[in-house]
Amino acid sequence: MRSFAYVRATTVDHAVAEVTADPDATYLAGGTTQVDLMKDEVFRPGRLVDITRLPLRDVTSDNGTLVVGALTTMEELAAHEVVAGRLPLVRQALLLGASPQLRHMATLGGNLLQRTRCRYFRDPGVACNKREPGAGCSAVDGFNRMHAVLGTSPACIATHASDVAVALLAVGASVRVRGQDGERVVPLTEFYRVPGSTPHVENVLAHGELITHLEIPLLPPGARSGYLKVRDRASYEFALASVAAALVIDDGRIRAAHLALGGVGTVPWHVPRAEELLRDAAPDAEVFSAAAEAALSGAVAQSGNGFKIELGRRAVVRMLSTLAEES
Amino acid sequence: MDGSAPQARVSPGPQARPVVRVPVVLRVNGTEHRIEVDTRTTLLDALRDSLKLTGTKKGCDQGQCGACTVHVDGKRVLSCLTLAASADGRAVRTIEGLEQNGTPHPLQESFVKHDGLQCGYCTSGQIMSAVALIEEGRAGSDDDIREFMSGNLCRCGAYPNIVAAIREVAGRGDDA
Repeated sequence: MRSFAYVRATTVDHAVAEVTADPDATYLAGGTTQVDLMKDEVFRPGRLVDITRLPLRDVTSDNGTLVVGALTTMEELAAHEVVAGRLPLVRQALLLGASPQLRHMATLGGNLLQRTRCRYFRDPGVACNKREPGAGCSAVDGFNRMHAVLGTSPACIATHASDVAVALLAVGASVRVRGQDGERVVPLTEFYRVPGSTPHVENVLAHGELITHLEIPLLPPGARSGYLKVRDRASYEFALASVAAALVIDDGRIRAAHLALGGVGTVPWHVPRAEELLRDAAPDAEVFSAAAEAALSGAVAQSGNGFKIELGRRAVVRMLSTLAEES
Repeated sequence: MDGSAPQARVSPGPQARPVVRVPVVLRVNGTEHRIEVDTRTTLLDALRDSLKLTGTKKGCDQGQCGACTVHVDGKRVLSCLTLAASADGRAVRTIEGLEQNGTPHPLQESFVKHDGLQCGYCTSGQIMSAVALIEEGRAGSDDDIREFMSGNLCRCGAYPNIVAAIREVAGRGDDA
Protein backbone atom coordinates (compact mmCIF):
# COMPACT_ATOMS: atom_id res chain seq x y z
CA MET A 1 0.00 0.00 0.00
CA ARG A 2 1.23 3.52 -0.77
CA SER A 3 1.59 6.01 2.04
CA PHE A 4 -1.22 8.47 2.58
CA ALA A 5 -2.15 11.32 4.85
CA TYR A 6 -5.14 10.72 7.12
CA VAL A 7 -7.66 13.42 7.98
CA ARG A 8 -10.73 12.94 10.13
CA ALA A 9 -13.58 15.10 8.87
CA THR A 10 -15.43 17.05 11.53
CA THR A 11 -18.31 18.30 9.37
CA VAL A 12 -19.69 17.58 5.90
CA ASP A 13 -18.38 20.95 4.69
CA HIS A 14 -14.94 20.17 6.12
CA ALA A 15 -14.90 16.79 4.35
CA VAL A 16 -15.96 18.25 1.01
CA ALA A 17 -13.41 21.07 1.26
CA GLU A 18 -10.57 18.65 2.08
CA VAL A 19 -11.25 16.35 -0.85
CA THR A 20 -12.15 19.06 -3.36
CA ALA A 21 -8.89 20.90 -2.70
CA ASP A 22 -6.67 17.86 -3.33
CA PRO A 23 -6.90 15.83 -6.57
CA ASP A 24 -5.18 12.92 -4.76
CA ALA A 25 -7.65 12.90 -1.87
CA THR A 26 -10.65 10.66 -1.45
CA TYR A 27 -13.22 9.75 1.19
CA LEU A 28 -12.99 6.79 3.54
CA ALA A 29 -16.24 5.31 4.87
CA GLY A 30 -16.68 1.57 5.52
CA GLY A 31 -13.49 0.85 3.60
CA THR A 32 -14.56 -2.60 2.45
CA THR A 33 -13.78 -1.90 -1.21
CA GLN A 34 -11.37 0.94 -0.75
CA VAL A 35 -8.85 -0.51 1.72
CA ASP A 36 -8.77 -3.73 -0.29
CA LEU A 37 -8.03 -1.84 -3.52
CA MET A 38 -5.39 0.26 -1.76
CA LYS A 39 -3.61 -2.90 -0.61
CA ASP A 40 -3.49 -4.05 -4.23
CA GLU A 41 -2.35 -0.56 -5.30
CA VAL A 42 -5.27 -0.26 -7.68
CA PHE A 43 -6.16 2.85 -5.64
CA ARG A 44 -3.30 5.08 -4.60
CA PRO A 45 -4.83 8.08 -2.84
CA GLY A 46 -2.42 10.50 -1.22
CA ARG A 47 -4.94 11.60 1.38
CA LEU A 48 -7.84 9.80 3.01
CA VAL A 49 -10.59 11.92 4.50
CA ASP A 50 -12.32 9.72 7.08
CA ILE A 51 -16.02 10.58 7.12
CA THR A 52 -17.14 7.77 9.42
CA ARG A 53 -17.88 10.10 12.36
CA LEU A 54 -20.07 12.52 10.45
CA PRO A 55 -23.74 12.59 11.52
CA LEU A 56 -25.02 10.89 8.34
CA ARG A 57 -26.38 7.71 9.85
CA ASP A 58 -30.00 8.53 10.54
CA VAL A 59 -32.99 7.01 8.76
CA THR A 60 -36.20 9.02 8.67
CA SER A 61 -39.50 8.51 6.96
CA ASP A 62 -40.93 11.63 5.41
CA ASN A 63 -44.11 11.88 3.37
CA GLY A 64 -43.75 8.56 1.55
CA THR A 65 -39.99 8.83 1.18
CA LEU A 66 -37.35 7.15 3.29
CA VAL A 67 -34.38 9.47 3.78
CA VAL A 68 -31.28 7.46 4.61
CA GLY A 69 -28.01 8.95 5.83
CA ALA A 70 -25.26 7.75 3.49
CA LEU A 71 -23.22 6.30 6.37
CA THR A 72 -26.03 3.98 7.41
CA THR A 73 -24.63 0.46 7.17
CA MET A 74 -26.20 -2.28 5.08
CA GLU A 75 -27.14 -4.19 8.25
CA GLU A 76 -28.69 -1.10 9.83
CA LEU A 77 -30.87 -0.36 6.82
CA ALA A 78 -31.91 -4.01 6.45
CA ALA A 79 -33.05 -3.98 10.09
CA HIS A 80 -35.15 -0.83 9.72
CA GLU A 81 -38.84 -1.56 10.19
CA VAL A 82 -40.01 0.68 7.34
CA VAL A 83 -37.65 -1.13 4.96
CA ALA A 84 -38.95 -4.49 6.14
CA GLY A 85 -42.55 -3.38 5.76
CA ARG A 86 -42.59 -1.18 2.70
CA LEU A 87 -39.42 -2.00 0.76
CA PRO A 88 -39.02 -5.79 1.01
CA LEU A 89 -36.97 -5.90 -2.22
CA VAL A 90 -34.44 -3.49 -0.71
CA ARG A 91 -34.17 -5.54 2.47
CA GLN A 92 -33.72 -8.76 0.49
CA ALA A 93 -31.07 -7.21 -1.77
CA LEU A 94 -29.17 -5.96 1.29
CA LEU A 95 -29.20 -9.30 3.10
CA LEU A 96 -28.26 -11.28 -0.01
CA GLY A 97 -25.12 -9.18 -0.44
CA ALA A 98 -21.66 -9.79 0.99
CA SER A 99 -21.32 -11.34 4.50
CA PRO A 100 -22.59 -10.15 7.90
CA GLN A 101 -19.16 -8.72 8.79
CA LEU A 102 -18.96 -6.76 5.54
CA ARG A 103 -22.56 -5.57 5.91
CA HIS A 104 -21.80 -4.21 9.38
CA MET A 105 -18.98 -2.15 7.86
CA ALA A 106 -20.22 -1.18 4.41
CA THR A 107 -22.25 2.02 4.12
CA LEU A 108 -25.05 2.71 1.67
CA GLY A 109 -23.17 5.56 0.02
CA GLY A 110 -20.10 3.37 -0.36
CA ASN A 111 -22.16 0.50 -1.68
CA LEU A 112 -23.46 2.63 -4.55
CA LEU A 113 -19.89 3.67 -5.36
CA GLN A 114 -18.27 0.25 -5.02
CA ARG A 115 -15.88 -0.70 -7.79
CA THR A 116 -16.23 -3.67 -10.08
CA ARG A 117 -14.99 -7.13 -9.10
CA CYS A 118 -13.49 -7.63 -12.59
CA ARG A 119 -10.28 -9.51 -11.81
CA TYR A 120 -8.40 -7.56 -14.48
CA PHE A 121 -9.36 -4.23 -12.90
CA ARG A 122 -8.00 -5.55 -9.60
CA ASP A 123 -4.68 -6.73 -11.02
CA PRO A 124 -2.30 -3.84 -11.73
CA GLY A 125 -0.13 -6.28 -13.72
CA VAL A 126 -2.54 -6.44 -16.67
CA ALA A 127 -4.20 -3.93 -19.00
CA CYS A 128 -7.47 -2.32 -17.90
CA ASN A 129 -9.12 0.76 -19.40
CA LYS A 130 -11.02 1.42 -16.20
CA ARG A 131 -7.85 1.50 -14.11
CA GLU A 132 -5.64 3.09 -16.75
CA PRO A 133 -7.53 4.82 -19.59
CA GLY A 134 -6.31 3.72 -23.01
CA ALA A 135 -4.42 0.67 -21.74
CA GLY A 136 -6.81 -1.86 -23.28
CA CYS A 137 -9.25 -4.43 -21.90
CA SER A 138 -7.94 -7.82 -20.78
CA ALA A 139 -11.41 -9.20 -20.08
CA VAL A 140 -12.67 -9.14 -23.68
CA ASP A 141 -10.20 -11.89 -24.62
CA GLY A 142 -9.88 -13.26 -21.09
CA PHE A 143 -11.98 -15.14 -18.57
CA ASN A 144 -15.26 -13.27 -18.78
CA ARG A 145 -17.85 -15.66 -17.39
CA MET A 146 -18.81 -13.15 -14.67
CA HIS A 147 -18.80 -10.13 -16.99
CA ALA A 148 -21.61 -7.98 -18.31
CA VAL A 149 -23.83 -8.53 -21.34
CA LEU A 150 -25.65 -5.19 -21.18
CA GLY A 151 -24.18 -1.70 -21.43
CA THR A 152 -20.82 -2.99 -22.59
CA SER A 153 -18.40 -1.39 -25.03
CA PRO A 154 -15.22 -2.61 -26.72
CA ALA A 155 -13.37 -0.71 -23.97
CA CYS A 156 -15.01 -2.36 -20.95
CA ILE A 157 -17.30 -5.25 -20.01
CA ALA A 158 -16.92 -5.09 -16.22
CA THR A 159 -20.05 -5.87 -14.20
CA HIS A 160 -21.42 -3.53 -11.54
CA ALA A 161 -21.53 -5.73 -8.46
CA SER A 162 -24.04 -4.01 -6.16
CA ASP A 163 -27.26 -5.78 -5.24
CA VAL A 164 -28.97 -3.00 -3.33
CA ALA A 165 -28.31 -0.46 -6.09
CA VAL A 166 -30.47 -2.62 -8.35
CA ALA A 167 -33.38 -2.59 -5.90
CA LEU A 168 -32.98 1.15 -5.27
CA LEU A 169 -32.90 1.84 -9.01
CA ALA A 170 -36.06 -0.20 -9.52
CA VAL A 171 -38.06 1.83 -7.00
CA GLY A 172 -36.83 5.19 -8.26
CA ALA A 173 -34.41 6.21 -5.51
CA SER A 174 -32.19 9.29 -5.70
CA VAL A 175 -28.99 10.41 -4.03
CA ARG A 176 -28.47 13.74 -2.34
CA VAL A 177 -25.02 15.05 -3.18
CA ARG A 178 -23.02 17.80 -1.49
CA GLY A 179 -20.30 19.63 -3.35
CA GLN A 180 -18.29 22.78 -2.94
CA ASP A 181 -21.07 24.75 -4.66
CA GLY A 182 -24.01 23.33 -2.75
CA GLU A 183 -26.39 20.41 -2.87
CA ARG A 184 -28.11 18.57 -5.70
CA VAL A 185 -30.36 15.55 -5.99
CA VAL A 186 -29.59 12.97 -8.66
CA PRO A 187 -31.99 10.13 -9.51
CA LEU A 188 -30.16 6.80 -9.73
CA THR A 189 -31.54 6.51 -13.28
CA GLU A 190 -29.19 9.39 -14.14
CA PHE A 191 -26.37 8.59 -11.73
CA TYR A 192 -24.40 5.78 -13.37
CA ARG A 193 -22.55 6.07 -16.67
CA VAL A 194 -22.06 3.12 -19.02
CA PRO A 195 -18.41 2.70 -19.98
CA GLY A 196 -18.44 3.76 -23.64
CA SER A 197 -14.93 5.01 -24.43
CA THR A 198 -14.40 6.31 -20.86
CA PRO A 199 -14.83 3.33 -18.51
CA HIS A 200 -12.90 5.09 -15.76
CA VAL A 201 -15.85 7.49 -15.42
CA GLU A 202 -18.51 5.48 -13.59
CA ASN A 203 -20.98 8.10 -12.42
CA VAL A 204 -21.85 11.79 -12.60
CA LEU A 205 -20.08 12.82 -9.38
CA ALA A 206 -17.41 15.50 -9.71
CA HIS A 207 -14.23 15.13 -7.66
CA GLY A 208 -15.05 16.13 -4.10
CA GLU A 209 -18.81 15.64 -4.34
CA LEU A 210 -20.12 13.54 -1.45
CA ILE A 211 -23.30 11.47 -1.27
CA THR A 212 -24.90 12.55 2.00
CA HIS A 213 -28.30 10.86 1.79
CA LEU A 214 -30.42 8.47 -0.21
CA GLU A 215 -34.05 9.27 -0.91
CA ILE A 216 -36.08 6.10 -1.39
CA PRO A 217 -39.77 6.32 -2.35
CA LEU A 218 -41.81 3.78 -0.39
CA LEU A 219 -43.84 1.23 -2.30
CA PRO A 220 -47.58 1.64 -1.86
CA PRO A 221 -49.22 -0.60 0.73
CA GLY A 222 -50.23 -3.83 -0.98
CA ALA A 223 -47.34 -3.79 -3.44
CA ARG A 224 -45.54 -7.11 -3.90
CA SER A 225 -41.80 -6.95 -4.30
CA GLY A 226 -38.70 -9.08 -4.16
CA TYR A 227 -35.08 -9.52 -5.14
CA LEU A 228 -33.99 -12.71 -6.87
CA LYS A 229 -30.25 -13.39 -6.94
CA VAL A 230 -28.89 -16.26 -9.01
CA ARG A 231 -25.32 -17.24 -8.18
CA ASP A 232 -22.81 -20.08 -8.07
CA ARG A 233 -23.04 -20.56 -4.27
CA ALA A 234 -26.00 -20.35 -1.93
CA SER A 235 -24.48 -17.46 0.02
CA TYR A 236 -21.64 -14.91 0.04
CA GLU A 237 -21.24 -14.69 -3.72
CA PHE A 238 -21.84 -12.11 -6.42
CA ALA A 239 -24.80 -12.43 -8.77
CA LEU A 240 -24.60 -14.10 -12.16
CA ALA A 241 -27.96 -12.46 -12.73
CA SER A 242 -30.37 -10.76 -10.36
CA VAL A 243 -33.77 -9.14 -10.60
CA ALA A 244 -35.41 -6.51 -8.42
CA ALA A 245 -39.12 -6.19 -9.08
CA ALA A 246 -42.24 -4.68 -7.58
CA LEU A 247 -45.80 -5.07 -8.79
CA VAL A 248 -49.10 -3.60 -7.72
CA ILE A 249 -51.81 -6.00 -8.87
CA ASP A 250 -55.43 -4.98 -8.50
CA ASP A 251 -58.54 -6.52 -9.98
CA GLY A 252 -56.53 -8.86 -12.21
CA ARG A 253 -54.38 -6.11 -13.70
CA ILE A 254 -50.87 -4.84 -13.06
CA ARG A 255 -51.34 -1.23 -11.96
CA ALA A 256 -47.68 -0.42 -11.32
CA ALA A 257 -44.45 -2.21 -12.18
CA HIS A 258 -40.80 -1.66 -11.27
CA LEU A 259 -38.01 -3.73 -12.77
CA ALA A 260 -34.21 -3.64 -12.74
CA LEU A 261 -31.46 -6.21 -13.24
CA GLY A 262 -28.09 -6.84 -11.65
CA GLY A 263 -25.14 -9.07 -12.43
CA VAL A 264 -25.64 -8.60 -16.17
CA GLY A 265 -24.89 -4.91 -16.73
CA THR A 266 -21.93 -2.58 -16.58
CA VAL A 267 -24.25 -0.47 -14.44
CA PRO A 268 -27.35 -1.44 -12.45
CA TRP A 269 -29.81 -2.02 -15.29
CA HIS A 270 -33.20 -0.33 -15.26
CA VAL A 271 -35.73 -1.49 -17.86
CA PRO A 272 -38.44 1.14 -18.42
CA ARG A 273 -39.61 -0.66 -21.59
CA ALA A 274 -40.40 -3.81 -19.60
CA GLU A 275 -42.24 -1.74 -17.00
CA GLU A 276 -44.39 -0.22 -19.78
CA LEU A 277 -45.25 -3.68 -21.13
CA LEU A 278 -46.30 -4.86 -17.69
CA ARG A 279 -48.40 -1.83 -16.81
CA ASP A 280 -52.14 -2.42 -17.27
CA ALA A 281 -51.53 -5.98 -18.48
CA ALA A 282 -52.95 -9.12 -16.91
CA PRO A 283 -50.20 -10.79 -14.84
CA ASP A 284 -49.66 -13.85 -17.01
CA ALA A 285 -46.85 -15.87 -18.53
CA GLU A 286 -47.14 -14.11 -21.86
CA VAL A 287 -46.48 -10.61 -20.57
CA PHE A 288 -43.76 -11.82 -18.19
CA SER A 289 -42.00 -13.42 -21.13
CA ALA A 290 -42.32 -10.21 -23.15
CA ALA A 291 -40.93 -8.21 -20.23
CA ALA A 292 -38.00 -10.63 -19.99
CA GLU A 293 -37.27 -10.22 -23.72
CA ALA A 294 -37.33 -6.45 -23.31
CA ALA A 295 -35.10 -6.63 -20.24
CA LEU A 296 -32.29 -8.39 -22.10
CA SER A 297 -32.84 -6.51 -25.34
CA GLY A 298 -29.52 -5.47 -26.88
CA ALA A 299 -27.49 -7.94 -24.82
CA VAL A 300 -24.08 -8.83 -26.27
CA ALA A 301 -22.39 -12.13 -25.37
CA GLN A 302 -18.64 -12.42 -24.83
CA SER A 303 -16.74 -15.69 -25.17
CA GLY A 304 -17.65 -16.96 -21.72
CA ASN A 305 -20.85 -15.30 -20.57
CA GLY A 306 -23.48 -15.94 -23.25
CA PHE A 307 -25.46 -18.05 -20.77
CA LYS A 308 -26.29 -14.90 -18.82
CA ILE A 309 -28.70 -13.70 -21.50
CA GLU A 310 -31.08 -16.64 -21.13
CA LEU A 311 -30.39 -16.82 -17.39
CA GLY A 312 -31.37 -13.17 -17.06
CA ARG A 313 -34.60 -13.70 -19.00
CA ARG A 314 -35.55 -16.71 -16.92
CA ALA A 315 -34.75 -14.84 -13.71
CA VAL A 316 -37.12 -12.05 -14.76
CA VAL A 317 -39.93 -14.51 -15.52
CA ARG A 318 -39.37 -16.37 -12.24
CA MET A 319 -39.33 -13.19 -10.15
CA LEU A 320 -42.49 -11.79 -11.75
CA SER A 321 -44.31 -15.15 -11.58
CA THR A 322 -43.38 -15.51 -7.92
CA LEU A 323 -44.79 -12.07 -7.15
CA ALA A 324 -47.97 -12.72 -9.14
CA GLU A 325 -48.58 -15.96 -7.25
CA GLU A 326 -48.29 -14.28 -3.84
CA SER A 327 -51.65 -13.90 -2.19
CA MET B 1 -15.97 11.36 21.92
CA ASP B 2 -13.45 13.89 20.67
CA GLY B 3 -14.13 14.12 16.95
CA SER B 4 -10.94 15.94 16.06
CA ALA B 5 -8.37 14.27 13.84
CA PRO B 6 -5.21 12.86 15.35
CA GLN B 7 -2.24 15.15 14.87
CA ALA B 8 -0.02 13.71 12.17
CA ARG B 9 3.73 13.44 12.48
CA VAL B 10 5.33 13.15 9.05
CA SER B 11 8.65 11.41 8.56
CA PRO B 12 10.50 10.47 5.37
CA GLY B 13 10.09 6.88 4.19
CA PRO B 14 11.57 4.59 1.54
CA GLN B 15 8.85 5.47 -1.01
CA ALA B 16 8.31 8.62 -2.96
CA ARG B 17 5.68 9.61 -0.44
CA PRO B 18 6.65 10.15 3.17
CA VAL B 19 5.41 7.67 5.73
CA VAL B 20 2.71 9.27 7.84
CA ARG B 21 2.30 8.22 11.43
CA VAL B 22 -0.65 9.06 13.65
CA PRO B 23 -1.34 8.54 17.34
CA VAL B 24 -4.21 6.16 18.00
CA VAL B 25 -6.02 5.05 21.13
CA LEU B 26 -7.12 1.45 20.84
CA ARG B 27 -9.58 0.29 23.49
CA VAL B 28 -9.26 -3.47 23.35
CA ASN B 29 -11.09 -5.80 25.72
CA GLY B 30 -11.50 -2.94 28.19
CA THR B 31 -7.86 -1.85 28.18
CA GLU B 32 -6.73 1.41 26.62
CA HIS B 33 -3.58 1.32 24.48
CA ARG B 34 -1.96 4.52 23.24
CA ILE B 35 0.17 3.73 20.23
CA GLU B 36 1.47 5.45 17.12
CA VAL B 37 0.87 3.78 13.77
CA ASP B 38 1.69 4.22 10.10
CA THR B 39 -1.62 5.36 8.56
CA ARG B 40 -1.59 2.21 6.41
CA THR B 41 -1.76 -0.06 9.46
CA THR B 42 -4.89 -2.14 9.66
CA LEU B 43 -6.61 -2.84 12.95
CA LEU B 44 -5.56 -6.47 12.44
CA ASP B 45 -1.87 -5.62 12.20
CA ALA B 46 -2.09 -3.19 15.11
CA LEU B 47 -3.65 -5.89 17.29
CA ARG B 48 -1.11 -8.52 16.33
CA ASP B 49 2.10 -6.54 15.88
CA SER B 50 1.73 -3.58 18.25
CA LEU B 51 -0.42 -5.06 21.02
CA LYS B 52 0.84 -8.66 20.61
CA LEU B 53 -2.73 -9.94 20.68
CA THR B 54 -2.11 -12.72 18.18
CA GLY B 55 -5.37 -14.59 18.75
CA THR B 56 -6.90 -12.70 15.84
CA LYS B 57 -5.63 -14.35 12.65
CA LYS B 58 -4.61 -13.04 9.25
CA GLY B 59 -6.01 -15.36 6.61
CA CYS B 60 -6.59 -13.77 3.21
CA ASP B 61 -6.03 -10.15 4.31
CA GLN B 62 -8.60 -9.22 1.63
CA GLY B 63 -11.88 -9.37 3.49
CA GLN B 64 -12.92 -12.72 2.12
CA CYS B 65 -12.19 -15.38 4.75
CA GLY B 66 -13.36 -13.97 8.09
CA ALA B 67 -10.36 -15.23 10.11
CA CYS B 68 -9.72 -11.67 11.33
CA THR B 69 -13.26 -11.10 12.66
CA VAL B 70 -13.43 -8.91 15.78
CA HIS B 71 -16.15 -6.78 17.33
CA VAL B 72 -16.00 -2.98 17.03
CA ASP B 73 -18.57 -1.07 19.06
CA GLY B 74 -20.43 -4.38 19.49
CA LYS B 75 -20.64 -5.29 15.79
CA ARG B 76 -18.65 -8.06 14.08
CA VAL B 77 -16.35 -6.61 11.45
CA LEU B 78 -13.22 -7.55 9.50
CA SER B 79 -10.12 -6.14 11.14
CA CYS B 80 -8.08 -6.61 7.94
CA LEU B 81 -10.19 -4.00 6.12
CA THR B 82 -10.41 -1.61 9.08
CA LEU B 83 -7.70 1.03 9.38
CA ALA B 84 -6.32 1.34 12.89
CA ALA B 85 -6.59 5.14 12.57
CA SER B 86 -10.29 4.80 11.85
CA ALA B 87 -10.78 2.55 14.91
CA ASP B 88 -9.32 5.24 17.17
CA GLY B 89 -11.33 5.40 20.40
CA ARG B 90 -13.75 2.63 19.41
CA ALA B 91 -14.41 -0.35 21.67
CA VAL B 92 -12.70 -3.43 20.21
CA ARG B 93 -13.32 -6.96 21.43
CA THR B 94 -11.09 -9.84 20.37
CA ILE B 95 -10.96 -13.56 21.10
CA GLU B 96 -8.69 -12.77 24.08
CA GLY B 97 -11.56 -10.80 25.62
CA LEU B 98 -14.10 -13.62 25.74
CA GLU B 99 -12.94 -15.51 28.82
CA GLN B 100 -14.11 -14.38 32.22
CA ASN B 101 -11.85 -14.93 35.25
CA GLY B 102 -10.11 -17.80 33.51
CA THR B 103 -13.31 -19.51 32.37
CA PRO B 104 -13.66 -19.84 28.60
CA HIS B 105 -16.74 -18.45 26.86
CA PRO B 106 -19.46 -21.11 26.35
CA LEU B 107 -18.79 -21.03 22.61
CA GLN B 108 -15.11 -21.73 23.19
CA GLU B 109 -16.11 -24.74 25.32
CA SER B 110 -18.63 -25.83 22.72
CA PHE B 111 -16.16 -25.67 19.83
CA VAL B 112 -13.86 -27.97 21.82
CA LYS B 113 -16.68 -30.32 22.77
CA HIS B 114 -18.02 -30.61 19.20
CA ASP B 115 -14.59 -30.65 17.58
CA GLY B 116 -15.48 -27.53 15.60
CA LEU B 117 -12.02 -27.23 14.11
CA GLN B 118 -9.18 -29.14 12.58
CA CYS B 119 -6.14 -26.89 12.03
CA GLY B 120 -7.70 -24.14 14.14
CA TYR B 121 -6.56 -21.18 12.07
CA CYS B 122 -10.08 -19.90 11.34
CA THR B 123 -11.37 -20.66 14.83
CA SER B 124 -10.95 -17.27 16.51
CA GLY B 125 -12.83 -15.65 13.65
CA GLN B 126 -15.49 -18.36 13.69
CA ILE B 127 -16.05 -17.91 17.42
CA MET B 128 -16.11 -14.10 17.30
CA SER B 129 -18.61 -14.29 14.45
CA ALA B 130 -20.68 -16.92 16.30
CA VAL B 131 -20.83 -14.80 19.48
CA ALA B 132 -22.23 -11.95 17.39
CA LEU B 133 -24.55 -14.28 15.48
CA ILE B 134 -26.23 -15.38 18.70
CA GLU B 135 -26.41 -11.78 19.97
CA GLU B 136 -28.03 -10.79 16.65
CA GLY B 137 -30.69 -13.48 17.20
CA ARG B 138 -29.84 -15.32 13.99
CA ALA B 139 -29.16 -18.82 15.31
CA GLY B 140 -32.81 -19.89 15.08
CA SER B 141 -32.19 -22.78 12.68
CA ASP B 142 -29.24 -24.61 11.19
CA ASP B 143 -29.98 -22.95 7.86
CA ASP B 144 -29.84 -19.54 9.53
CA ILE B 145 -26.56 -20.43 11.22
CA ARG B 146 -25.09 -21.47 7.87
CA GLU B 147 -26.34 -18.33 6.11
CA PHE B 148 -25.21 -15.88 8.78
CA MET B 149 -21.85 -17.62 9.29
CA SER B 150 -21.16 -17.50 5.53
CA GLY B 151 -18.47 -14.86 5.99
CA ASN B 152 -16.25 -17.31 7.88
CA LEU B 153 -14.51 -19.87 5.73
CA CYS B 154 -12.98 -23.10 7.05
CA ARG B 155 -10.63 -24.79 4.59
CA CYS B 156 -10.56 -27.93 6.75
CA GLY B 157 -14.30 -28.23 6.28
CA ALA B 158 -15.32 -28.45 9.92
CA TYR B 159 -18.65 -26.83 9.11
CA PRO B 160 -21.03 -29.54 10.47
CA ASN B 161 -19.27 -29.42 13.83
CA ILE B 162 -19.17 -25.63 13.85
CA VAL B 163 -22.94 -25.58 13.29
CA ALA B 164 -23.40 -28.12 16.09
CA ALA B 165 -21.25 -26.07 18.47
CA ILE B 166 -23.24 -22.90 17.77
CA ARG B 167 -26.58 -24.70 17.92
CA GLU B 168 -25.84 -25.99 21.42
CA VAL B 169 -24.93 -22.58 22.81
CA ALA B 170 -27.90 -20.96 21.07
CA GLY B 171 -30.01 -23.25 23.25
CA ARG B 172 -31.55 -25.57 20.73
CA GLY B 173 -29.78 -28.73 21.91
CA ASP B 174 -29.23 -31.33 19.21
CA ASP B 175 -32.46 -30.91 17.28
CA ALA B 176 -31.66 -29.87 13.72
